[in-house]
Amino acid sequence: MQDHFFTLSDAVAARLRGNEGFLATFRGEASQFVRFNTSSVRQPGTVEQRNFALELFDGKRHASASMTLTGAQNDDLARIDAALTSLREILAVTDEDPLFLINTTPQSSTRVLPHALPPPEAALDAILTSGAGQDLVGFYAAGPIHAGFANSFGQRNWDTVHAFSMDACFYLQADRAVKMDYAGTAWDRDAFTAKADAAKQQLAILARPARTVKPGGYRVYLSPAAMEEIMSMLCWGGFGLSDHRTATTPLIRMREDARLSPMVTISENIAGGLAAGFQGEGFVKPDCVTLIENGVYRDCLASPRSAAEFGAPQNGAEGFESPVALDMAAGSLPSADVLKSLGTGVYIGNLWYLNYSDRNACRMTGMTRFATFWVENGEIVAPINVMRFDDTIYRMLGSNLAALTAKRDVRLSTDTYEARSRRAMTLPGAIVDDFKLTL
Amino acid sequence: MSALADIATRFRAVAPACDYWTVRCIRQRSESLSVTRGVIDPVGLGDDLGVMVTVRANGAFGYAATSDVTAAGLARAGAEARAWAQRTAGRAIAAPIPAHGTPAHYDHEAPAAQSWASVSRADKIVRLSHLAAALKTDDRIANWQAGVSFTDVESVIATSHDDFIRQRYSLIVPELEASASDGGETQTRTFGRGGNIRQGGLEVLDEIGFWSTGPRISAEALELLGAPDCPTRTMDLLLAPDQMYIQIHESIGHPLELDRILGDERNYAGTSFVTLDMFGSYQYGASMLNVTFDPSLFGEAASYAFDDDATKAERAYLIRGGILERPLGGAVSQARAGMQGVANARACSWNRPTIDRMANLNVEAGSSTFADMVAQVETGVWMQTNCSWSIDDSRNKFQFGCERGRLIKNGQLGAVVKNPNYRGISATFWRNLKALGDASTVRVHGTPTCGKGEPNQAIHVGHATPPGLFAAVEVFGGG
Repeated sequence: MQDHFFTLSDAVAARLRGNEGFLATFRGEASQFVRFNTSSVRQPGTVEQRNFALELFDGKRHASASMTLTGAQNDDLARIDAALTSLREILAVTDEDPLFLINTTPQSSTRVLPHALPPPEAALDAILTSGAGQDLVGFYAAGPIHAGFANSFGQRNWDTVHAFSMDACFYLQADRAVKMDYAGTAWDRDAFTAKADAAKQQLAILARPARTVKPGGYRVYLSPAAMEEIMSMLCWGGFGLSDHRTATTPLIRMREDARLSPMVTISENIAGGLAAGFQGEGFVKPDCVTLIENGVYRDCLASPRSAAEFGAPQNGAEGFESPVALDMAAGSLPSADVLKSLGTGVYIGNLWYLNYSDRNACRMTGMTRFATFWVENGEIVAPINVMRFDDTIYRMLGSNLAALTAKRDVRLSTDTYEARSRRAMTLPGAIVDDFKLTL
Repeated sequence: MSALADIATRFRAVAPACDYWTVRCIRQRSESLSVTRGVIDPVGLGDDLGVMVTVRANGAFGYAATSDVTAAGLARAGAEARAWAQRTAGRAIAAPIPAHGTPAHYDHEAPAAQSWASVSRADKIVRLSHLAAALKTDDRIANWQAGVSFTDVESVIATSHDDFIRQRYSLIVPELEASASDGGETQTRTFGRGGNIRQGGLEVLDEIGFWSTGPRISAEALELLGAPDCPTRTMDLLLAPDQMYIQIHESIGHPLELDRILGDERNYAGTSFVTLDMFGSYQYGASMLNVTFDPSLFGEAASYAFDDDATKAERAYLIRGGILERPLGGAVSQARAGMQGVANARACSWNRPTIDRMANLNVEAGSSTFADMVAQVETGVWMQTNCSWSIDDSRNKFQFGCERGRLIKNGQLGAVVKNPNYRGISATFWRNLKALGDASTVRVHGTPTCGKGEPNQAIHVGHATPPGLFAAVEVFGGG
């Protein structure tokens, strides 16, 4: 796909007229997808897609056209020619865009990460073997994901990762289940089996009679998976320059005097993630942008367009200005001491379906899901029936944050909306006091 | 012959030897226009074309989707789909081949009274610029935007049973937003956050008052800045159609999806508190509650004649007189569950397999005028325009937030309140329905991005509904 993309980009360059220039981005994947229900295959298949986005500019007038590609050069050049015709028509009637900002200094790069993905038969065999005699439900995805960039200044970037993920759970009954995730770039059957076995062992606890806790404030442990849900909400407007400058960020109070716990440091750590290191206007992302440091808001993710609008430096963010490699600093609580530190309270394995109940207060609501347990004196006692929480970030990660774990999990996104995601988060678990459960 | 029909014909020539196959060719051509904070955003065009091949071999199904629609690419997709079927044979959930009846031949393009192309791009941008400017009425308006996205959707489904179905329609999604900010607080009013998605052309924008809504939205955002928080107490709740639609979506639509009930979604979107034995007897809501699957309502977002598994689509009651009648389940789910459903096997595009979706899911009109409903409330609140939604994985415990509320006291609409939220439980909420608006109060809404499935799919669905009045709901504000 790399050669094809660069060949098409060269062809665009050869077709430019006058003062025209172009930006081109490529997104592609060849993915194996297998869905499982009741330890059987539900929908197995392959999705192969190539998407080419072409932005034509002339001075500060510009417009873009995205298109799928066949991979056959003549067919794809015909599509590009048609797109160029449409874009020239648009530029002819378009005003100059005062916010158009692109990288004009070529910064080419190539990264193809090493990998070891299993043949589909091997993955199927491992998964179905672990699911035998159980109610396994889940989704396996594997294959290469490609990203490319080219422009009329001669810049060429390419990035390929070969990754897999098995996002699954073992069900006991009704809504009672244990979640397991196994993802990476090198498949290890033994490691997968060990994860599956650990999940299955938790089913014995889920078999105990469930408790229903009353609404109120509880000391809780939020696993890294639960923290991922909270961080995903924060990523929705929490860190973008545009959101901050237009006062629409849910962290609006941090622009004034609100603080989180000094234990909280959050950054965009591109160097430690799977996301490509370049963006759609050709800028290279810095290795790290500190967003919150020791509880104090620091920098925003600034796309070139926002940077131009608000007079700030850009820092390689895409237009959506949301982290793709969020990194939360570790604390000091050893994993082995989590239950002891929790004492009596709720061990929350997963959260689900979060949304803001008051954006100004950065107050969010959501549900517990999967393995969530009542803990007494450092011992797991029983599963609890699902509960709704509704609390602010300033309490959860501020005044009520008791501890962060020393060990962090790398959470590779399993999102596949339109295409497989390359987002990742590195997160500790957290002990939180007086966590508000409401329904 | 259309280009898509030509692709389907090309596939037929290279289809693999198998028990049954389908090829679904989709092309979506899109254009987005918007103006943000006084600056015209760059025009974005899209042309997305590809095919999904599904093959049944050795008693199992496999699929392969590709954007390579050349003859060689189609042949590879066919072989790949068959390989998946063979690879998983004997280890897959059984799904029957559709009955080999009279082949379906259908070719239809939904009309638009005023096509997207009938007004020049430049004129559309000028009009949007004026609309966006009308939102900036005050220095406290910190963020404002007006935009329209348009998608021309064409699909061709052909099968080894000689079915040939071609459908074409256009989708239009208007959006407006004004955020007012002062003293460390921001309040936002919108034109429904995508909730005014409709099929059709530019006439839709006139019908729903898009071009004249700017000043009202801006004024209401400013009004909310000075409004008190919604009070916290249990009271009557009157929901506007632009909130009712998401209440229907989350607490009726999703729980009735048959693939969820059969467990397919338990790892991602969740299960359902509804079980197979409830159909035919379970009292889902008050006796006035009638809910239909209606793919025939002209202009609603998910109107179609055949679903993506080539099943003919017809209107059907899901809930009648408050009693649960049938699920939202397509042909495959119906065969697995042994029960009647509807034609709702849909995929968001060529690159995703079909799953059970809502399509158009509507609450039928009741008999009350809006004034009647307000008049019967002693203490309550009227909530407009969804801005927050959350529900558990069984689709039971929910919480919603709206952009704007107005208190109701002794049958009269009163003060505006900000941050109105409410929470409840699906299984009891709909039984507390006190009144539904009459036909004159019904509005057509929907969402462009209903998420579900593995791999994930975001698809458009439609919901037509009147306002609804509910008793004894836990209501609260922000802070």
